[in-house]
Amino acid sequence: MPKLYDIAHCRAGDKGETSILSVIAYHADDYPMLVERMTVAAVRQHLAGIAQGEIRRYELPNLGALQFVCAHSLSGGVTTSLALDAHGKSLSSALLEMEI
Amino acid sequence: MLRIGCGAGFAGDRLDAALVLARRGELDYLVLECLAERTIALAQLRRRKDPARGYDPRLEQRIEQLLPALSAKRTRLISNMGAANPLAAAEVIVALARRLGIALKVAVVTGDDVLNALTGNERTLESGVPLSTYAPLVSANAYLGCAALLPALATGADVVITGRVADPSLFLAPMMHHYGWSQDDYARLAQGTCVGHLLECAGQICGGYFADPGRKDVPNMAWLGFPFADVDEEGNATIGKVSGTGGRIDLATTKEQLLYEVTDPHGYLTPDVIADFSTVQLAERGPDRVAVSGASGAGRPPQLKVSVGYLAGYVGEGEIGYGGTNALARGRLAAEIVRKRLNGQFEELRVDLIGSTSLNSRSFFADENPYEVRLRVAARAPTAERAAVVGDEVEALYTNGPAGGGGTRKYVHEQIGIVSTLIDRDRVQPGVAILESASHAEAL
Repeated sequence: MPKLYDIAHCRAGDKGETSILSVIAYHADDYPMLVERMTVAAVRQHLAGIAQGEIRRYELPNLGALQFVCAHSLSGGVTTSLALDAHGKSLSSALLEMEI
Repeated sequence: MLRIGCGAGFAGDRLDAALVLARRGELDYLVLECLAERTIALAQLRRRKDPARGYDPRLEQRIEQLLPALSAKRTRLISNMGAANPLAAAEVIVALARRLGIALKVAVVTGDDVLNALTGNERTLESGVPLSTYAPLVSANAYLGCAALLPALATGADVVITGRVADPSLFLAPMMHHYGWSQDDYARLAQGTCVGHLLECAGQICGGYFADPGRKDVPNMAWLGFPFADVDEEGNATIGKVSGTGGRIDLATTKEQLLYEVTDPHGYLTPDVIADFSTVQLAERGPDRVAVSGASGAGRPPQLKVSVGYLAGYVGEGEIGYGGTNALARGRLAAEIVRKRLNGQFEELRVDLIGSTSLNSRSFFADENPYEVRLRVAARAPTAERAAVVGDEVEALYTNGPAGGGGTRKYVHEQIGIVSTLIDRDRVQPGVAILESASHAEAL
């Protein structure tokens, strides 16, 4: 089964305890497949144990991109987290491991 | 056409790339963005120890390097390196200019420090509890916008130095000043905000934080260029970098940066405007040139965001590594031992295996067999002495733990927490102070 890594690139950002994951198709032709398969439910399942709050998905057809805004995903927030990657910067790589 | 460059995307950013921009970028403005969420709280702690400090620790180094080129090219500098003490930063800059024999006028934007204006009853944006839950508070800074920056630019100052300002406003203000955009021209303000957002992380739109060898290759990253934008009177812009520098600017790098840390692409909030990035159009215009247009705007937020710093106790950490066959199992055994020994002693304890689970709490690979793993244990404690227990326990695995543990390290550091709240605009009073180097006064 192909991985998201094969068709898209991803950048992770943070605001407080919210992780923001941008998923961008390399080729515009693949964008409809992202929209169809990268549902909030599928992303929640893939990030089980990490994304622990509401997940909102924004569709950006002008960019061929989806934006996932994941609440309560950074174990208490960047500034007081005990995690090594307190910003959740590496969640971009974790998301690209998703099978689609 | 107006050209604005970004020479720093965070306090610790590279110095040399900014110098290339200043010397060869043919800039009208250079912006240095040096304040992350926590930076200003740390600066406030430094100011408490020494009232003459509290500005960016690399201020002198950056300004000394850049000033001759900026002066020669008549490029104006805008930076939030004032951190918790913009007036002291301006004094340092003026003293440096005197020493270098450069005529310089510095405008200081004040008024972001609102610690004394807070009652403690304000609710945090994160969890809705009163601010007084978080004590002791060390800093509270409102995100100022272009309304605070424009009077400073109007003085004709060569350098504008600020404390907390919304990052995109550092770029939007010179556009508004140059083209005379009004503060309710939300279409242009949104487009200018979008351009500022693309520039504010410096190297990131030039292929920094982007490379993945064989998949997303970026040339000459050791000498990554920093970006500039050529902005027209409508706010449409073309992003570029100095020719010969490393990196790449194309649709892929620009899309990643456009969406970076945007919690709502339809409503990106700054003090100046509510911008909609979902309508943005990007187009490649030759090598390392991307045109940006189409952001739309509607109104501005009624209140300003305030970033509040507080002392959050101490964190103790300890690490030890294991290698070879069965390294992962020995790392797991070491983790189990420390967990049992520290059980119940700390409110929050975190145990990671670096090489397997430290970044994302679990591995996303089904079959993992790393040559080496490194146990890392962290806990929070109210005092430094209590926090030190964590590292001591890990270190004791040398003689009491699994075979072959090596390379222990232990750390204790004070933790500064950040929460946010909102403040009414009329409770924030920005101001401008002017300082000039003597040689400038003589020139006048």
